[in-house]
Amino acid sequence: MTPRTKPPDAFSPGETPTFEVSARESLRDSQLRRNLGKATQTIRRKRAVAVEELPDWEELREAGRALKERTLRHLDTYLLQLEESVTRAGGVVHWARDADEANRIVAGIAKEKGADEVVKVKSIATDETKLNEHLESEGIHAFETDLAELIIQLAGENSSHILVPAIHKNRAEIRELFLRELDVEDLSDEPKDLTNAARLYLRKKFLNAKVGVSGANFAVAETGTISVVESEGNGRMCTTLPPVLVTLMGIEKIIPRWRDFEVFMQLLPRSSTAERMNPYTSFWTGVSGEAGDGPQEFHLVLLDNGRTDVLADEIGRQTLNCIRCSACLNVCPVYERTGGHAYNSVYPGPIGAILTPQLVGIGKPGPDSLPYASSLCGACYQVCPVKINIPEVLVHLRGRVVRHKQDGGTLRQRLDPENVAMQAMAKTFSDPKLYENAQGLARVGQWPFARGGKIGSLPGRLAGWTAVRDLKPVPKQSFREWWKEERG
Amino acid sequence: MATAKETILWRVRRATRDVPEGERPGDVPVERGYRKEGDGARAGTVDRFAAHVAEYEATVHRLSGDDLPDAVGKILEKRGLRRLVVPPGLPEGWVPGGVEVLRDDANARLSNGVLDASDGVLTGCALGIAQTGTIVLDAGPGQGRRALTLLPDYHLCVVREEQVVDLVPEAFARLEATVRDEGRAVTFISGPSATSDIELNRVEGVHGPRALEVLIVG
Repeated sequence: MTPRTKPPDAFSPGETPTFEVSARESLRDSQLRRNLGKATQTIRRKRAVAVEELPDWEELREAGRALKERTLRHLDTYLLQLEESVTRAGGVVHWARDADEANRIVAGIAKEKGADEVVKVKSIATDETKLNEHLESEGIHAFETDLAELIIQLAGENSSHILVPAIHKNRAEIRELFLRELDVEDLSDEPKDLTNAARLYLRKKFLNAKVGVSGANFAVAETGTISVVESEGNGRMCTTLPPVLVTLMGIEKIIPRWRDFEVFMQLLPRSSTAERMNPYTSFWTGVSGEAGDGPQEFHLVLLDNGRTDVLADEIGRQTLNCIRCSACLNVCPVYERTGGHAYNSVYPGPIGAILTPQLVGIGKPGPDSLPYASSLCGACYQVCPVKINIPEVLVHLRGRVVRHKQDGGTLRQRLDPENVAMQAMAKTFSDPKLYENAQGLARVGQWPFARGGKIGSLPGRLAGWTAVRDLKPVPKQSFREWWKEERG
Repeated sequence: MATAKETILWRVRRATRDVPEGERPGDVPVERGYRKEGDGARAGTVDRFAAHVAEYEATVHRLSGDDLPDAVGKILEKRGLRRLVVPPGLPEGWVPGGVEVLRDDANARLSNGVLDASDGVLTGCALGIAQTGTIVLDAGPGQGRRALTLLPDYHLCVVREEQVVDLVPEAFARLEATVRDEGRAVTFISGPSATSDIELNRVEGVHGPRALEVLIVG
């Protein structure tokens, strides 16, 4: 197999285009839009059914949010507790300040074992650190084993969706790719046959790998248990068969206690794949030693890479609640049209629009454009299983981007009209009720200020906004109202 | 020079300066208003479990304990499976005659190659969850190490009715001691593996056993 270089994204060195520029390109790809439209509509409909089934869904969401808040406010305590419990269970804990340090730790372990290949189960954290590229530069090939990840790895492309990364490719393209890269003679374009070709190809890799690499969905501070939630079984393979397992996880993935799974293992599958439960979930605690069950050696790498900067922002902090379900992508009217590539990040969609600029830091044109990649319709907040108020954070980040542009920290910046208006809006967006009321009010209240289809001046604390620009009048029917009416 | 651990902890503490000095983790309120237990109607629970497992495209049978060995024999014969992996601690009576038994043992572990070349595996389980149609394995007696239920292409799993709990929280409560005190690996299985990665068409059986058959024993 020929290794290919992926196009750069927000986590690569150098600059990426703005969302506006990339979105224009994506919008021209009609195949992509058809696939995405089908995918997001299907998952959206199924998710609604799966969530309906639980009478206590709102209580679960609230518990999930609160558990994450508890964890994040006391992250130092929980990190130390996790280190202790993993160590007690026979694992080794490593700390990585940034991507480079994490990659060097993983490569070091692989080299120490004399491995020139590792098998990997899908992990966005390792996409963020560009682990595969780093390993390749050290002469170690990382095999992606998730079907979609394998497809995009073979094609040398980037993921376009957290959950279904190859959603932009059709069966004929995949058949061509497999015929060329997997050394198979004859292959139909039936999804079943294509899947079987991948099964046979990867089975050999699983059986011979010395080192497995995974991400983590959750890590329990109390017991040191790590979990990987998946559908295909490649996660079980990677975390069970190789004698050495390395797990790379962001420091925000901690949950306090084993029993907290009772909340997250209800929220995640229904939000993600719209199933009562995903086919396979693995929970392991260190190494099993005598029992010979699974790896004899387990390494856990705890990754910061900008997460503590997100934590430091009291409004942005909730972004770290994210359990990577991708429900917000599927309901987002912007994502549905542009697809994932337009975000130029391993984290696309609404969650990516707030996570990426915070992780890489404000002040880069590409990531700075992401908080504007939204109509602020609020659908993402409504479906988020851990209640991340994405519109609130979007508006807050727009304010930070504006402030940064104006040299930050000066009196001028504090009095900047756009900034003042952003803060007022952030307050309004902090509550969906407030937001809907404000929209209604704006509609009733806007007529005295609208002239020639534009609003030239606004009263009260929003006056600063219109002092520098004309605002389009609030439409008669808001997007949210239209959405409710159209899609029920 | 500060270690990575010291630096990260320092950054975390600096980032959470807004948290009052005396606040403990337990002081952050967590409202657990969700359901912890089902209504306790056994018959309904087992019915729901059977229905939900079947919805995942697994084959489900319900039978009485006395019929078990017979039923296992017939199922294996029908599928033409000869080489059967058996974990340590599986009740002897469950294994039918006429098949080649590949026994995994602490002193004589089956290699991955042997598991890969077998026809299937027969196990018990730790729990069943009715709400989600999930089978829980915890590497206990009659279940064995994880590779046993991963490499064979077929998994036949016996669930006793009294092992079925109603809701997800009940399962995590029951597993807590095993995980905390013994650190055993736990696997949740909800139907055979599946992918929807190609044009969102669902394909059953990617890695792991492509077929899952469940015997619910009353």
